[in-house]
Amino acid sequence: MGDLPKYLGDAGTRAALLEKLLDHVYLSLVPLLVSVVLAIVLGLLCHRFRPVNAVLISLSNVVYTIPSLALFALIPAMIGTRVLDPVNVIIALTLYTTALLVRPVAEALAAVPSHITASATAMGFRPWRRFLTVELPLAVPVLAAGVRVGSVSNISLVSVGALIGTGGLGTLFTDGFQQRYLAPIIVGIVLTLVLALVVDLVLVLLRNRLTPWVRAGGAP
Amino acid sequence: MIEFRDVTKRFDDGTTAVNGLDLVVEAGTITVFVGPSGCGKTTSLRMVNRMIDPTSGTILVDGKDVLGVDPPTLRRGIGYVIQQAGLFPHRTVLDNVATVPLLTGWTRRKARQRAAELLELVGLPAELGHRYPVQLSGGQQQRVGVARALAADPPVLLMDEPFSAVDPVVREGLQDELLRLQAELDKTIVFVTHDIDEAIRIGEKVAVMRTGGFLAQYAPPAELLTRPADDFVAGFVGKDRGYRSLSFVDASGVEVAEVATVAADGGAQSSSDWRLVVDAEKRPQGWVAPDGTVVPGGSLYEVGASIRGALDAALSSPSGLGVAVDASGRLAGVVTARQVLDVIESRRG
Repeated sequence: MGDLPKYLGDAGTRAALLEKLLDHVYLSLVPLLVSVVLAIVLGLLCHRFRPVNAVLISLSNVVYTIPSLALFALIPAMIGTRVLDPVNVIIALTLYTTALLVRPVAEALAAVPSHITASATAMGFRPWRRFLTVELPLAVPVLAAGVRVGSVSNISLVSVGALIGTGGLGTLFTDGFQQRYLAPIIVGIVLTLVLALVVDLVLVLLRNRLTPWVRAGGAP
Repeated sequence: MIEFRDVTKRFDDGTTAVNGLDLVVEAGTITVFVGPSGCGKTTSLRMVNRMIDPTSGTILVDGKDVLGVDPPTLRRGIGYVIQQAGLFPHRTVLDNVATVPLLTGWTRRKARQRAAELLELVGLPAELGHRYPVQLSGGQQQRVGVARALAADPPVLLMDEPFSAVDPVVREGLQDELLRLQAELDKTIVFVTHDIDEAIRIGEKVAVMRTGGFLAQYAPPAELLTRPADDFVAGFVGKDRGYRSLSFVDASGVEVAEVATVAADGGAQSSSDWRLVVDAEKRPQGWVAPDGTVVPGGSLYEVGASIRGALDAALSSPSGLGVAVDASGRLAGVVTARQVLDVIESRRG
């Protein structure tokens, strides 16, 4: 523990930590954003076409059971990227998060009461506008819950990527283990936790901003 | 005007929801489609704004075949009120009402201004505009539903069992409100319900439909009650249709008599007759029995209202004397059931 001030006292170390942190943010949040978009598209397909629903839900279950390390190693073999390319991690995490989000999105869309969709149609909404301005906003609370789980899962999984040599805070663990040096490991754990908490807080604030009607509740 | 010409709707599962419907909904009237479930009343309604397309036949709105119009465009010109209101939970009341104006390209500011006018029109306080639907009572939500349907000032209004999910007292208030609005706005309204009392209460014409999609009778409500076309209609309008048909006879022929009154705070001394308790404004408050006890009064009826009210006032009064009041609720006189029945008899002759 006494190593900690010494470790953090070095300006070069601090600069390296910041770089690793930013790498970590990039590697965990890009997949999150991409998968939200993908999950909405796939969730819509599930919602509109029953057969697609059965296939996609089973497929997403299967994807989620593949171990992350295996997936990180498999992706270069499948798409021909270099083994150490950070894109591998981004693609793998996008797959996981999309798999995680498809089902809740499809279920949230199915849960929109039929009298609400019927009244939107009867008011003269065209299908796309109805989806974007009525059905999707009503699915946000469920979607947000899934995104929060996905963000935490991504932030922790990016660390595993360090084992195959991509950047991020995970390299603090691999370095620490190799050098039998505790300080980077502790700093890595603390930064990962803080990052997860901050991202979760941002997501909660964003959700609250998008869904003021959920907390309206209460007495008439 | 809405015209159904030999309209049939057969669903993919083989059921026929509507069977050769020929019917004209006159402009500026409230027409009610009523019948048991499976009679095709909602299907008929939904074919007007193309929520459902007919298998065969033609539907004309103001002389124009609805099948020739792009559905969303058609729907923006036809108001629609659905069961349970169907308000958008994620939008404020004001934005819910502004829905169709916004769809048709009004600016947000202008649409909200229009929405505020409509809230006032349906009798809702302006501050409700900034609430979300979940913060409103069922009755208030239905009023918002009506306001939303009227927002773009469509000539035609379709109402699909709009008041069925609220309790009977609120429902009666909403019905009165609709009649008041209609007197002001003069829309062509098609109203679907399974409740024959509601149909008779608000309909200028009522189409009674029968399971299988057949039109059993299309007539003004008084005629349904007094001259049902067949046993189905007679059974559907109910056992007490003779009594209910009195709703359509006015009580102007019933002469009211004077009655002894006592002030509300006056002492209750015994007397040989029943005496009516009135307050300082002469509004009836109850009765004093001959033995001096004070008992609650029966129903009141307004002079010039229906003879059904007059008869009920007499039958429900503890003294046997029905109390008539004027428009401001002041005592006008009393009638007996015998008198009312005599008037009914003489009208018959």
